[in-house]
Amino acid sequence: MEKKPFIHPYMPNSAPQVQKAMLDELGVGSLEELYEDVIPKDLRLNRPLDLPQPLLSEQELKKHVEGLMDKNISCDEAISFLGAGCYRHFVPAVCDEINGRSEFLTAYCGDTYSDHGKMQAIFEYCSMMAELLDLDVVSYTNYDGGQAAASSLRMALRITGRTELLLPKTMNPDILSQIKEYCQHVATITFVDYDSSTGLLALDDLKGKLSDRVAAVFWESPSYLGTIETQGEKIAELAHQSGALVVAYADPSALGILESPANLGADIVCGDIQGLGMHQSFGGGCAGYIASDYREEIIAEYPTYMYGITTTHNPGEYGWGRALNERCSHISREKAKEYFGTETGLWAITAAVYLASMGPEGLRELGETIVCRCNYAIKLLSQIKGLKANIFNRPVFCEFIVNFDKIGLTVAEVNAELLKKGIFGGLDLSTNFPELGQSALYCVTETISAEDIEKLAAALTAIAGEGRIK
Amino acid sequence: MRNFQQARWDEPIIMEMGSEGERGVLMPLAEERVTDAVGSAQSLIPAAMRRKNAPKLPQMSQMQVLRHFLRLSQETIGTDINIDIGLGTCTMKYSPKVHEQFVRSPKMSELHPLQDESTVQGILQILYETDNYLQEISGMDKFSLQPSGGTQAIYGNVAVIRAYHKANGEDYRDEIITTILSHPGNAAAASTAGYKVITIYPDKDGYPDIEALRAAVGPKTAGLLITNPEDTGIYNFRIKEFVNLVHSVGGLCSYDQANVNGVFGLARAKEAGFDMCHFNLHKSFSSPHGCQGPAAGAQGVVAKLAPFLATPTVEFDGEKYYLQDNGEQSIGKLRKFWGVPQVILRTYAYIRSLGPEGMKKIAELSILNNNYLLKKMLEIEGIELPLAPGKRRLEQARLSWNKLYEQTGVGTDDIDRRIVDYGFQCFFASHHPRLIPEPFTPEPVETYSKADIDEFVAAFASIADEARHNPELVKNAPYKAALATQIDGEGLTDPKRFATTWRAFKKYVDK
Repeated sequence: MEKKPFIHPYMPNSAPQVQKAMLDELGVGSLEELYEDVIPKDLRLNRPLDLPQPLLSEQELKKHVEGLMDKNISCDEAISFLGAGCYRHFVPAVCDEINGRSEFLTAYCGDTYSDHGKMQAIFEYCSMMAELLDLDVVSYTNYDGGQAAASSLRMALRITGRTELLLPKTMNPDILSQIKEYCQHVATITFVDYDSSTGLLALDDLKGKLSDRVAAVFWESPSYLGTIETQGEKIAELAHQSGALVVAYADPSALGILESPANLGADIVCGDIQGLGMHQSFGGGCAGYIASDYREEIIAEYPTYMYGITTTHNPGEYGWGRALNERCSHISREKAKEYFGTETGLWAITAAVYLASMGPEGLRELGETIVCRCNYAIKLLSQIKGLKANIFNRPVFCEFIVNFDKIGLTVAEVNAELLKKGIFGGLDLSTNFPELGQSALYCVTETISAEDIEKLAAALTAIAGEGRIK
Repeated sequence: MRNFQQARWDEPIIMEMGSEGERGVLMPLAEERVTDAVGSAQSLIPAAMRRKNAPKLPQMSQMQVLRHFLRLSQETIGTDINIDIGLGTCTMKYSPKVHEQFVRSPKMSELHPLQDESTVQGILQILYETDNYLQEISGMDKFSLQPSGGTQAIYGNVAVIRAYHKANGEDYRDEIITTILSHPGNAAAASTAGYKVITIYPDKDGYPDIEALRAAVGPKTAGLLITNPEDTGIYNFRIKEFVNLVHSVGGLCSYDQANVNGVFGLARAKEAGFDMCHFNLHKSFSSPHGCQGPAAGAQGVVAKLAPFLATPTVEFDGEKYYLQDNGEQSIGKLRKFWGVPQVILRTYAYIRSLGPEGMKKIAELSILNNNYLLKKMLEIEGIELPLAPGKRRLEQARLSWNKLYEQTGVGTDDIDRRIVDYGFQCFFASHHPRLIPEPFTPEPVETYSKADIDEFVAAFASIADEARHNPELVKNAPYKAALATQIDGEGLTDPKRFATTWRAFKKYVDK
């Protein structure tokens, strides 16, 4: 029996008739003839790939994939108190509508004329971020907040010509790992302690560690452990006195109510825009930003694309293109500032839709709701015997630490019990921050209601009671 | 010929839109019992950190925001709405719509990366199986799916090279070799990690010069980063000799397979002797390119390099899938959390929808399409195919308009603007430096039909004809694009006119 031809809906020329017409045009008898003289025989794979047989119909594919994904329990089906660099903020429907548009979803690196709208949208993203950060220069989005932090620090190293970085001991361990890998051959990393009672950067320790070797002091607003750092101006004063730059990592979702680090003396501000309209997507919604003042020596060191605005001969008409592009590796190869590649353009456009929709009032409301509910959670959890909520007892934005040492249960045990009740407990900090004992990082955003918090408090009351009895 | 006109909305800059008090979206407010218990938000923020001036964002209602961005979308030519053959090296293939349903499902979009492993078994299984499939497609022994994009995967491989030599006490190896027609990300990733870069140029036949490689390798060689086929679509038939030469001096070899479209199921990294490779999963494995991301890279290595991979990897103990910390030797994290899982989910679905025969067909049909396209393109007077004369290209090719330019003064950048008037996305000329004059690099992947290719060729034939009869018509293009007036290019190259934000433009440029 003759083998049925393999015709696939993603491949028009898998249809035998048209395929033959094309082969005839080329004067060859088979597909193999086109490459048999090109790829040497000893490099050819002379057997079919050992992959599962295809689910050729879309219906079967859908059933299979959805069957696998149905094994997941999403945050829609639970109450999640997880944050730590990826946040469950509300995503307005217009964000998903725009980033689902075929034009934006499937465009790539088209330029000034064909992708005029894309370039304007990205310019508008940068323009709105600039207002949020109160800075004049904002880069194209890069891979994620960690890469933004690592690149910002490399920028500071190049600008100052120095070789040491001061990082807070409280910082995000993932981002720290990224920075260590990225800066290992150009800088030594020194940690600045935190005050064990407040969680704030220990200024005395900072003073002692500043020197003419230090290129940058890095601080987080708020810190990875949740505390709102209030010493930004002091940090900048000390750093600048010794000729170092300040690189601040700021959560943009907080900037409707918190001051931008730019106005507290930071030279470069960076962070992650995932909260500005991106779903969590198991971490896939992260995207980085880098911003600074309009200083030539800083602008020259940005490693990624920058879509610059320019004019045409028609008054009031604008166009965009890649500006000062010799900074970038697509032009300058090994002489570029750093490598870069396809990063997160769709998330820039999504964040633009988000910021335009939110406006100043939306961001203020967002921040206020979060701060109030987060403090409500601290208050309710503090009433549970044996629990210590917000161990640093300092103002927080959306995250705070809960310590379980007094109830005789580990965070892992508490979280396992919470999970049975449909609650995703806070991130276990006991591995990365052993000095904090059995502590977890709890996150409360605007998607967590008072009722959700009350459910958490009830669940933890029951768990803590059992723990103490045990 | 198509009588095309791109949407042109002449849309204002959003910073000048809306009016005070308009709202696009309202946020939930804290419940009364919450504010009763904790007080006002302002009282909860330390005075030093309270925002003094509200951000000057637009104030717009929802419909107006939607309309603005919809109009901008219409001024953008996505792969879904054009015959996107021109953007060679970018592998602009069809991205199946059913995949978008998968990634937009709450079962994907509403997963937090730090959830208990028992609640994310579905996505972990998909990550694990995709690792296995990529092992088979490449012949490598282990993958990390953490890189956020192709060049980050290259960087990850460079980091592994560095970590490996360091572990062996050979960190004096400070040179990395690449070729001028490998993606510039290779040279850049190597130098970002602190390596000296040695670049090999083509020999007189258009293949990477093996004698130059022989002269370049030595005790300081850390590794080779090489694309094959190169951006020219020319397959380096001596690739195994290249790998052997670098191995002979103790270097590692990394295969840039950003674009694997021309060799799926035909040839693998393993058989050519490579130690590592990478794939751009948004390219050959079909994720929509999203105006330049989110993308994803896969970094694959042979067993002896597996301990150095980015941490964590996904493992399976026979019952459950879990994240495994790679320990001391790992290069650590390239990205927060676990990579870009939406792209991995699409990759998984793509491989499952094609199977072994389908994957091989991708390569065969993209080679067929490319050779058909080349035959038709080369019938146009004024276009040539430099390097490796008489040799077939695989999935793409670098052509040259140099002859047309010499005859008419119309060059590739002019044609690149003019092609938009015919309803096509602009094309990719070449990475820099432009080794081939007036370059043009099309890539007719397997998802384009014969009719698509014929239309694409006909448009360029028409432009070449215009160049001979009315060169100014081409030089002054475009006319029918969303932006149809040529920009003042100096605005992009003069540091004094640099602005990436509206406020900088107003403050420093348009004073």
